[in-house]
Amino acid sequence: MTMTRTPGILPRILDYSARADPYPLYAELRRTPVALQEDGSYVISTYRELTALLHDPHLSSDIRNLAHPLPGAGREDNPAFLNLDPPEHDRMRRMAMRHFGPPHTPGLVDGMRPDMTAVVNGLIDGLQGRKQIDVVDDFAYPFPVTVICHLLGVPREDEPRFHQWVEALVDAIDYNPAVDPPERLQKGMQARAELRQYLGGLVEERHSRPGDDILSKLATDDGPDGRMTDEQIISTANLLLIAGHETTVNLITNGVLTLLRHPQMLQRLRNEPGLIIRLVEELLRYEPPVHIIPWRAAYSDITIADTTIPKGSQIMLMLASGSRDPDRFHDPDRFDPDRQDNQHLGFGSGIHLCFGGPLARLEAQIAITEFVRRVDNPRLVADPPPYRRSPILRGPLHLLVEQG
Amino acid sequence: MRVVVDLSRCQGYAQCAFLAPDAFRMHGEEALMYDPSPDDAQREQVLRAAAACPVQAILVDRLEGRDAAAEAMRS
Amino acid sequence: MTSRTEALQTFKREGRIVIVGASLAGLRAAESLRDEGFTGSLTVIGDEKGEPYDRPPLSKQVLTGWVPAEATTLPRRREVDAQWLLGVPASGLDVAAGLVRLADGREVPYDRVLIATGVRARPWPHEAEAALDGVFVVRTREDAAGLRQRLADGPDRVLIIGAGFTGSEIASICRERDIPVTVAELGPGPLVGALGAMIGEIASEMQRAHGVDLRTGVKVTSLEGDEQGRLRRAHLSDGSTVDADVAVVALGGIRNTEWLQGSGLAVGPWGIAADSGCRAMDLNGLITDDVFVAGDVARCPHPVYEYRFISLEHWVNAVEQAEIAAHNMVHLQADRWPHLTIPSFWSIQFGVNIKSVGVPTFADEVVITQGSVAERRFVATYGYQGRVTAAVTFNNAKWLDHYRKLIETAAPFPPPCPTPDQPVDAKPVPVDFPGPMLLAQGATVVVTGHDPDERRVTAARP
Repeated sequence: MTMTRTPGILPRILDYSARADPYPLYAELRRTPVALQEDGSYVISTYRELTALLHDPHLSSDIRNLAHPLPGAGREDNPAFLNLDPPEHDRMRRMAMRHFGPPHTPGLVDGMRPDMTAVVNGLIDGLQGRKQIDVVDDFAYPFPVTVICHLLGVPREDEPRFHQWVEALVDAIDYNPAVDPPERLQKGMQARAELRQYLGGLVEERHSRPGDDILSKLATDDGPDGRMTDEQIISTANLLLIAGHETTVNLITNGVLTLLRHPQMLQRLRNEPGLIIRLVEELLRYEPPVHIIPWRAAYSDITIADTTIPKGSQIMLMLASGSRDPDRFHDPDRFDPDRQDNQHLGFGSGIHLCFGGPLARLEAQIAITEFVRRVDNPRLVADPPPYRRSPILRGPLHLLVEQG
Repeated sequence: MRVVVDLSRCQGYAQCAFLAPDAFRMHGEEALMYDPSPDDAQREQVLRAAAACPVQAILVDRLEGRDAAAEAMRS
Repeated sequence: MTSRTEALQTFKREGRIVIVGASLAGLRAAESLRDEGFTGSLTVIGDEKGEPYDRPPLSKQVLTGWVPAEATTLPRRREVDAQWLLGVPASGLDVAAGLVRLADGREVPYDRVLIATGVRARPWPHEAEAALDGVFVVRTREDAAGLRQRLADGPDRVLIIGAGFTGSEIASICRERDIPVTVAELGPGPLVGALGAMIGEIASEMQRAHGVDLRTGVKVTSLEGDEQGRLRRAHLSDGSTVDADVAVVALGGIRNTEWLQGSGLAVGPWGIAADSGCRAMDLNGLITDDVFVAGDVARCPHPVYEYRFISLEHWVNAVEQAEIAAHNMVHLQADRWPHLTIPSFWSIQFGVNIKSVGVPTFADEVVITQGSVAERRFVATYGYQGRVTAAVTFNNAKWLDHYRKLIETAAPFPPPCPTPDQPVDAKPVPVDFPGPMLLAQGATVVVTGHDPDERRVTAARP
């Protein structure tokens, strides 16, 4: 067995200069499906190995199983289910799912379609008469924020407050003490504390005056798995609030950007609205909102692709690379909504498959459909657009478009 | 419309039951029961559910789908 | 072009293929043949009238009352240009002359034939008792429609004879519909024959917890009718009786091979022997080149299971063998595919998704490797002489792909590395199937490759 060290590629991917187009670097990375890094962590970049690991019970999501603790970010006393293993993960996720989806609440997401369409159309109404719009700030961000606030029971008017915290938090996810200023981590930790405190206040209110929202239900419902503690509710709400809009904004923006880069497809979507269903799946493969699962841990030794990853190792899963793997997808760098074989990794796989996936899908389908239907002759102002800093939750910071 | 689910592929992700709750229902936490001939009024939801299946286990009649697509192209 | 390739091209263009059996395997084979570029004449023969339909919903969605029995017509993958001879069974196969005889006297000539005649329900052995009003088997749409109606009428008690998968699923539906139900099983518990004693015990608890009157180690000796010929009572081997107005005979299936008597093929109660590429074997054990077999009637050697001949009544097996057979019917030896998929199966009962990969009967020990039996969320891993050969999950299906890989790579049993949710007292126990089987040690292989054209086995160890 040969240990392959590939210094250089991962740092280049994480470097901001690669944000607009990391895909050629992913292709380089895939030459070593399981790549040992200088710091002892392993980077997985090929589809078969990624799916094998995502279904491997020896892969832990609980960073307390890492031999070397992370440099601060991600350490929590009450991790949300995203960062837990079975059986705690399963129990927490079931308790949260009770109020969001099947089997207990099957019709909720599908039933939100009319309201979501109305929100989207309200936002597009507001764009009328403007020559230039920012797809991110004017459309792709406010829409999922409105939806997740409504669902969770977080006052929409508090958005300016939690937006700052969430930004700082996301900014600290991939904190690397070797290259990043320590203030970034401090800001992230501070933001987390403040966001938790804010959510704690909301949970307390819901105990006494419950409404129809998920926070209230988590605070008051006693299902077969019992009730979450307030700390657990805060962690869950924290996760859903961040994931609920920091990712969907990328999916919608990436969708608009990709269509503006493929005008014939945009035209086809206008004539053939049903295409949106497969088009969003293709977006989840081709330009997914989440590129990397940064920390998983080997609970015991894991052998994959003839490499043994020792117990306690940090493992980084390059999902977006897997969805572009030519050993799995025909012509993977082509945007092709007609693709029949499209078992992408846009939402991950296995027990941690994206909790809000069905909601994100509908949000993207509705937003992109209405944008294409109603915005007249949209044109990109700059290509590539400026990107957000994060290589993990990757998407444009702004997307300026001229219309009319 | 005609539908069949390869339940040996199905891992109980329930994405279909979110998106087409009248045609796909979870029986307990993980077991899927579905309507093999859902009403045409549910077509869009069923197509959404089929596309969303993380293991691509849902087969919707390709002949019907193609006819519908062909009609949409003509109109 | 060599003469062989030329002959194949001519066959693909102008040849005659007959598929006997118009259910899942027959339909998928017909579609695959056209996908593979076969443009010659294609005939599909089926004993049931009407388009091919799906059977698993018959013991589930149909009996719950949700969907009607006639709603399970199979969706098509593509258009199939074929002649469908439906409603008439095949009665004979003349391999020398290359023709299929039909029960109505017609003869259909072929260049290559695919046998996919499947299984029928094993009827209650006493004909007069089987004819009583209220006695059912569940295999066809008509069977399911009849039982569905009877369950909707609200019977006083349903007796299920046999606690295999179908019997247990129907018992589950009866409880869901609040219908009193008695299950009589000759073995020590439900599912024991397929999954062993440990799962049998768990299944017993599950049935009783849902209010099933489960009687194990008993045989139903006779069914008794009233003067109008309606079922009213069953007599059991322990001397007890069960008053029931509906009985479901769930004693497994009989392979539809009688029509092949005299064909010279290797036909037996477990089906027609074939190679892993679905080519039928004759009585001498010679592989034929123009007779293929797929689905429930096929009995094929599986390299992972020491090349033993395995017959599977599994949905996905029918689909995959149909595809393999269709491919191999229109390819030369060098391009043929072996069917190496690890068997997989599912059952839905009492709110639990039960799934398996591998062959659980090919095992000497079993151990719970993940989850909790008490919560009915767990993975049971089966091993044979120190390697993993199967796994069964209860509401834990998302881990099954991992166990499939362990089977394909002949991974050590018990699995040596701990997982976060491994039960602390996990110890392998004897798997304990009724009627101990004598398994000898044979070749151990690993399966490699992903796409059908690259799936192959290699010897694991010298």
